[in-house]
Amino acid sequence: MSKTVLTVDDSRTMRDMLMLALSDAGFRVVQAVDGVHGLEVLNGEPPDVIVTDINMPRLDGFGFIEAVRKDNRFRAVPILVLTTESDQAKKDRARQAGATGWIVKPFDATKLVAVIRRVAA
Amino acid sequence: MDPLAAIKVTFFQECEEQLAELESGLLVMQDGAHDDEMINALFRAVHSIKGGAGTFGLEALVRFAHVFETVLDEMRSGKLPVDGNVVAIMLRAADMLADHVRAARDDGTADEERSRAIAGELANLCGISADGPDEVVEEIEGLDFVPVAFAFDDTPPPAPEPEPEIAMPAAAAEPEGPPRETWTITFKPRAALYASGNETAFLLRELQRLGDMDVTVSAAALPLLQDLDPEEGYLVWTVSLVTAAEETAIREVFEFVDGDCDIEVKSARADASGALDVHALIAMATAAGAPAEAREPSPAPMPAAATAPEPDNSDLMEIIKFIDDAKAAVAAEEKGEIAPSLPAADMAAPAAKAAVGQSAAAAQGGAGGAPQAGQTIRVDLERVDRLIDLVGELVINQAMLAQRVAECGLARSSSVAIGLDDLEHLTREIQDSVMAIRAQPVKSVFQRMPRLVREVAAMVGKQVRLVTEGEGTEVDKTVIERLTDPITHMIRNAIDHGLEKTEDRVARGKPAEGTVRLAALHRSGRIVIEVSDDGAGINRERVKNSAISKGLIPANADLSDEEIDNLIFMPGFSTAATVSDISGRGVGMDVVKRSIQALGGRITIASEPGRGSTFTLSLPLTLAVLDGMVVSVCGQTLVAPLTGVVETLQPKASDVRSLGPNGTVIQIRETYLPLIDVGVQLGYRDTPLLPTSGVALLVEGEGGARAALLVDTIQGQRQVVIKSLEANYRKVPGIAGATILGDGRVALILDVDSVLSAKVTEPPRNQTLLAAAG
Amino acid sequence: MTDPSINQMADRSELISFRIGAQEFCVDIMSVREIRGWAPATPLPQSPGFIRGVINLRGAVLPIVDLAARLGLGFTEPTARHVIIVARIGNQVVGLLVDAVCDILTVTKDTLQPTPDVACEMTKAFVKGLLAIDGRMISLISLTDVLPDAELEAA
Repeated sequence: MSKTVLTVDDSRTMRDMLMLALSDAGFRVVQAVDGVHGLEVLNGEPPDVIVTDINMPRLDGFGFIEAVRKDNRFRAVPILVLTTESDQAKKDRARQAGATGWIVKPFDATKLVAVIRRVAA
Repeated sequence: MDPLAAIKVTFFQECEEQLAELESGLLVMQDGAHDDEMINALFRAVHSIKGGAGTFGLEALVRFAHVFETVLDEMRSGKLPVDGNVVAIMLRAADMLADHVRAARDDGTADEERSRAIAGELANLCGISADGPDEVVEEIEGLDFVPVAFAFDDTPPPAPEPEPEIAMPAAAAEPEGPPRETWTITFKPRAALYASGNETAFLLRELQRLGDMDVTVSAAALPLLQDLDPEEGYLVWTVSLVTAAEETAIREVFEFVDGDCDIEVKSARADASGALDVHALIAMATAAGAPAEAREPSPAPMPAAATAPEPDNSDLMEIIKFIDDAKAAVAAEEKGEIAPSLPAADMAAPAAKAAVGQSAAAAQGGAGGAPQAGQTIRVDLERVDRLIDLVGELVINQAMLAQRVAECGLARSSSVAIGLDDLEHLTREIQDSVMAIRAQPVKSVFQRMPRLVREVAAMVGKQVRLVTEGEGTEVDKTVIERLTDPITHMIRNAIDHGLEKTEDRVARGKPAEGTVRLAALHRSGRIVIEVSDDGAGINRERVKNSAISKGLIPANADLSDEEIDNLIFMPGFSTAATVSDISGRGVGMDVVKRSIQALGGRITIASEPGRGSTFTLSLPLTLAVLDGMVVSVCGQTLVAPLTGVVETLQPKASDVRSLGPNGTVIQIRETYLPLIDVGVQLGYRDTPLLPTSGVALLVEGEGGARAALLVDTIQGQRQVVIKSLEANYRKVPGIAGATILGDGRVALILDVDSVLSAKVTEPPRNQTLLAAAG
Repeated sequence: MTDPSINQMADRSELISFRIGAQEFCVDIMSVREIRGWAPATPLPQSPGFIRGVINLRGAVLPIVDLAARLGLGFTEPTARHVIIVARIGNQVVGLLVDAVCDILTVTKDTLQPTPDVACEMTKAFVKGLLAIDGRMISLISLTDVLPDAELEAA
């Protein structure tokens, strides 16, 4: 059975890119447009891996990750942060919030899929 | 279109939305209002543009967006105050960003000099270096992220050499081909590693991809069960790895868990030259590593050294199995079952002690302060148009059916007639709803104007404030698309010609800053757009003199103020003493007027000396339907647009007078108006109808010219669906379009203006045809 | 000048032949959308005589060309027996009023003979070649210039 990846990003461009790269690689993809929406989608469809943006309206990536980790069911789900911020402070903050790893934008499909496979069961 | 190209299209669409949001946010800020969420939204807009641009390798755009983003980030963190100067620079930067986006979209280049200048201004705001833009290029080239570039399906053996594209700045180049080397990696995870969703097993799996691996685990640090914290890691893993990969690649595996574990990577420093006896190395490494850990008996038999040429997943599987066992043990312990000799897991146990009460829903509630935007979907315009066409058909069909039923002589109270009435209602409602799909707020046009105002104001050296109202007013998409040019021109005109020079304003006791107001509203089924300025108003003397000197009017013409004002709509009229760069491009108000008329609209002007001028556009809400008066002429059915019809009247013989050889006028109250026989005008008949046996429509053309159109009879008023004649034929003088009647036949829609302006003497061209076709 | 209707004529192509008066003509079947009976057209003002007017074809407004008049053979007095050939010309769809549809012909390119020089200018403008089939002479017509040229008419 193919693995399900939840992507959370407010940019349509990024969502389309993720959808293309991940579905080409054989993942099932569910998408959300911001943190709040991400939490809703999460409850309907528990993913194997989560990929989330940081800068989003309503609930940003940090808040989203914290909320996911607080939910018992998802405390071990790998969460990758998708961000153009490559500075250490942002990575540290993401990790503090409970992120498993990060993908620095712009990513290419190979990179993205490689990192996901790296953290996924 | 390939999927990536389609995403690129989406990207540019999204950029436009973000640019619009950026600009409107900055404009609100300019008025002094701002909050954190607004600054956040601005940051996100620029950030998203940069992110997407990076994906598509749009370097110039990325560079500029990066500087802009950095400044917004400073503002977001409160380090940069929000003041007028900063916002002004940001507005210019937003314009520049828009230029970059469009240049990227059209495969062009933006004005690099201007871009650098504005980037410099931005950089100065927060003291970032001018080199800032270069850093980001390194960033997008991915130097700070080393991709894990391996084949990830489980079957092929890991590549023995690092992928060429992996940049490893720290690595010294090996003189000869990459030799395989043995590394000893000691790894002790802590609780934080599991809390972030990482797994020891996956890290080991990752290491295994680098080469041949041998794993041992030590439970020496394992406390007694009663002291055991199920969330903590106690095991120490020792990996012996034979690989051609560099140390950086090995450390890369632990990139995500750096700080969440103790890790040591040591080279076995065996004889690094030539081919190695891999087995010997493994043995050596195992010998070196194991005893150090073997202070206590090994808790479980660990996978044996796997040094087969093919990587073997069995050891990995065993590790995972081991961890699962350990999980079970922890679970058992929680249930109070004692399993004394079982090694405790270094796993994050499920539901041990963490307070996990807060649900996702609660988080959602907390963040739900932002207003929920209406749900939207994007639909291909063609599909909507197809739907509109079909509904148009439905309306026609319904009308035909109603007519047939009426012809059958059924009673109004019959169930068929009542059912048809319901159908008609439904059909109308469907039509309205479908039309509403195409309706859009004029915001998209209005949003382009602030930039225009800034640019034009800067060019003519005036201070201008743009006030917009009613940007939520909706109108059909086709109308919106064709509104931009006229509005642009009128605003240019208002700034260039309408507003006085700053010193003149001050001298007259007016505020130095001129105001241009752009407003939209609905009025009696039409959309009205007003462009007004608080300038000097139309200088009627100058306008009149200019018109006389250009020969547009006779020198002795006696014109009312209104007539003088309307002179500016005459072709070839321009009052500017010097043709300015702004509005004097050979495009005058006459062009604006014509394009508005082409949309079925009208334009009027009201001006008050010293107080300013207001241009008012009135347009139909849609170009697809029209309220018309259905009339008969020579047995043909015609539709006159109701917007042009002022009143209808039955001509009395005493009111009709001949004028000249074949001219006729009709007296309506105190004025004589031309009486035009539509049948003659369109060539349907040679001899005019006797006026008293017909009906006259008093019509008013654009620009206020009035006339009476003589038709045979009036059938009634109804809404008709406009069909183009040009789609399959071409434009026909005197005819604005066609529609389809209830009987399925085509009726022509009169172009009132063209009928009014046509020469009455033009000979009819096809009366013989009419006789034949009748 | 090369004519696309000839160049596009494949080695074997199908043509629809129809009658106007005593003469027989044909057009490429690929450009024909449908054939329907005559229905009264709404006359268009300011139009050349060969434009009979417009009809409603399932919601689209279709101009009707009196092909006889267009070819200089005089105006047609349409009756219920006359037919309209609905044809696509470029991006436009046009109805051609003819007396009757005769046949569907399959011809090869080499059977097409050039138009002899006796023809008048108007005929030469539309007739792109002649076919001899079973003793009948059939003129192949190019539809490209059937509608009036907008610019010339406007001038």
